[in-house]
Amino acid sequence: MAGVATQASLESAPRIMRLVAECSRSRARAGELRLPHGTVATPVFMPVGTQATMKGITTEQLDALGCRICLGNTYHLGLRPGPELIQKANGLHGFMNWPHNLLTDSGGFQMVSLVSLSEVTEEGVRFRSPYDGSETLLSPEKSVQIQNALGSDIIMQLDDVVSSTVTGPRVEEAMYRSIRWLDRCIAAHQQPDKQNLFAIIQGGLDADLRATCLEEMTKRDVPGFAIGGLSGGESKSQFWRMVALSTSRLPKDKPRYLMGVGYATDLVVCVALGCDMFDCVFPTRTARFGSALVPTGNLQLRRKVFEKDFGPINPECTCPTCQKHSRAFLHALLHSDNTAALHHLTVHNIAYQLQLMSAVRTSIVEKRFPDFVRDFMGTMYGDPTLCPTWATDALASVGITLG
Amino acid sequence: IVCWQDVEESLRMKLSLTKVVNGCRLGKIKNLGKTRDHTMDIPGCLLYTKTGSAPHLTHHTLRNIHGVPAMAQLTLSSLAEQHEVLTEYKEGVGKFIGMPESLLYCSLHDPVSPCPAGYVTNKSVSVWSVAGRMEMTVSKFMAIQQALQPDWFQCLSDGEVSCKEAASIKRVRKSVDRSLLFLDNCLRLQEESEVLQKSVIIGVIEGGDVMEERLRSARETAKRPVGGFLLDGFQGNPTTLETRLCLLSSVTAELPEDKPRLISGIGRPDEVLKCIERGVDLFESFFPYQVTERGGALTFSFDYQLNPEEILLQQNGTQEEIKCVDQIKKMEITGCNQEITSFEINLKEKMYQEDFNPLVRGCSCYCCKNHTRAYIHHLLVTNELLAGVLLMMHNFEHYFGFFHSIREALKNDKLAQLKELIHRQAS
Repeated sequence: MAGVATQASLESAPRIMRLVAECSRSRARAGELRLPHGTVATPVFMPVGTQATMKGITTEQLDALGCRICLGNTYHLGLRPGPELIQKANGLHGFMNWPHNLLTDSGGFQMVSLVSLSEVTEEGVRFRSPYDGSETLLSPEKSVQIQNALGSDIIMQLDDVVSSTVTGPRVEEAMYRSIRWLDRCIAAHQQPDKQNLFAIIQGGLDADLRATCLEEMTKRDVPGFAIGGLSGGESKSQFWRMVALSTSRLPKDKPRYLMGVGYATDLVVCVALGCDMFDCVFPTRTARFGSALVPTGNLQLRRKVFEKDFGPINPECTCPTCQKHSRAFLHALLHSDNTAALHHLTVHNIAYQLQLMSAVRTSIVEKRFPDFVRDFMGTMYGDPTLCPTWATDALASVGITLG
Repeated sequence: IVCWQDVEESLRMKLSLTKVVNGCRLGKIKNLGKTRDHTMDIPGCLLYTKTGSAPHLTHHTLRNIHGVPAMAQLTLSSLAEQHEVLTEYKEGVGKFIGMPESLLYCSLHDPVSPCPAGYVTNKSVSVWSVAGRMEMTVSKFMAIQQALQPDWFQCLSDGEVSCKEAASIKRVRKSVDRSLLFLDNCLRLQEESEVLQKSVIIGVIEGGDVMEERLRSARETAKRPVGGFLLDGFQGNPTTLETRLCLLSSVTAELPEDKPRLISGIGRPDEVLKCIERGVDLFESFFPYQVTERGGALTFSFDYQLNPEEILLQQNGTQEEIKCVDQIKKMEITGCNQEITSFEINLKEKMYQEDFNPLVRGCSCYCCKNHTRAYIHHLLVTNELLAGVLLMMHNFEHYFGFFHSIREALKNDKLAQLKELIHRQAS
């Protein structure tokens, strides 16, 4: 594949996204992703299964919840068990026995989260392994090579990620480097017909840098775009503006993947802003701390107040946990040393996220997304007008008013 | 004075023996449960639970397991602190834990956690939970059982002599006296409660290692209208069981044929067989849980129909290799005080890193049908929760399959072959 896009290659770029409906007010879209391991309805929330496992729930359970795409982490899997072994096991799908789609990130985010162990140069990212101190260089080529071995349906470019709280010339450097690394990834990609390489828009919280990145990256011949470098420590006000800027400049006929989002409110708002795909460790992580997600926020089931609460987490939820168990029982189980408690909540929280996205999608298809948003905010905050300012502003910017 | 016969007649549970082979009892227990329509096969085992849930498993993953026993074991140590909650709940522990269809047996202690000694008095027994020690008098104990509403429960008993190294005969005698006193008091309280009458009390045979006391405990307990018997104090290490086997035979000889005999703390396949030969009917299934916790998978063969070569093939011929590695590794296993047995493989071993075979070739459990040794090894090395889930599913299924094979062997007069096979695999 050529590094720099030409008119011809733009026209022949793979179209994996089919739009099914669009909101007439906001930028929300409902669609279908056609991927090697099946169709995925969008907007979609992708649970994160870092090390080839969805944290205590089996692939059968995950399938039963309706999940059709989830994440694996290249950095972790690249270290343990390593790409060679996974390749011998028929790729990540074969290794973990997941019949549906997989998305792998590039390993770049670990640069930010494990910054004390990493060093970035034009070549790539040098990591020191926390397990045995050995050094590895994760270059764009190496990242793509590992992801080729993993065989995931969507792979991510290696990007030069800086924390959203960083300012100054480093942000610009990272943005331009990400473009160069995108081209190197495209060049190194051995299986473009089997794996979809997504670009990742960077530029931090600087509108000009982000606009430049958008302009350049959209010239490249990729099946999809991710919006990166957000969902860190930045203010929500800056966050939504960068998301909105990005979606306004990304092509309509390709999926927009907002990385690292997240909380229910963020999901709903960012769908309104025109995003299609999301991932976040929050629902599965918070489950392991005893917190169950509900339309009004969350229930910390370890608290004594649930000791004698004999109703389910959410009577409207169709997940196995809510079908069979009470808050009181989960409370008791959470105070024991039986890990089953964590699995019950993991199942429920994934179901919550997937059911939310499904409801969002249905409302878009049925042309009532703005009403859905108002109802959602009303339930979450008691009244649509009590929704956080940033969310109100973001929604207003795309024509949805609350209250 | 209570008329024991009247009380006995009101217990409609029925144990019928199909045959007795070499002391092994093959049969069925019918009319079980509140609805009186459940059946259990003997010899058999109970589903081990922690705080009312199979370890690591949700309803979905438990349901994937073939051959789950009709009766689950709950432990009072994990559920006693739910007393108030269950009293308010009113509908019993079965419904509370999401197992309304299952038969439930409530034991005093958790067979996995050793009980610290020094906490039994003439008036109370202490159980130990995550939250600490809970002291129980007869009335508190029965009040908790009233809230739990299990199908069977182990009577309050003094089992401390098995925790002590060398109990004096005086202490052993006391364990028998106290247990009988607790039993009589519990029976009396049961009579005064309609709710409690729906549960069956399991009498506990104590007596330590003193034959005379064991016999006394057995004879006296058998006089009471209990629904079955728990043989307590036979747990320990393999050597201690050997010396107690003779006591076991003598005890079961004193017990009525038509009531089930449970034993606590015995889980190894070879020990299970030895106890069955001495008249024991029901066992716990904590052993597969212990294997799971040390990253092990049960691989021992119980397919006595196969010839030895086929068995080796099934286990991928690694049995000898395993023995050598395990000798060395025995001391290196962290976090557990149970030694790895020869009935299992340790998936943490580097040799499984690239082994794409299932845990046991031919096993039809969810784990073996869907995953490889290499994957389980990876999950263990990366400390992922799914390791426990998958290993528990395999280990339970394998263990339940073992009990099934015992029943089949007894039915087809092949017990000797099964025995030989199991003992060949015991190290």
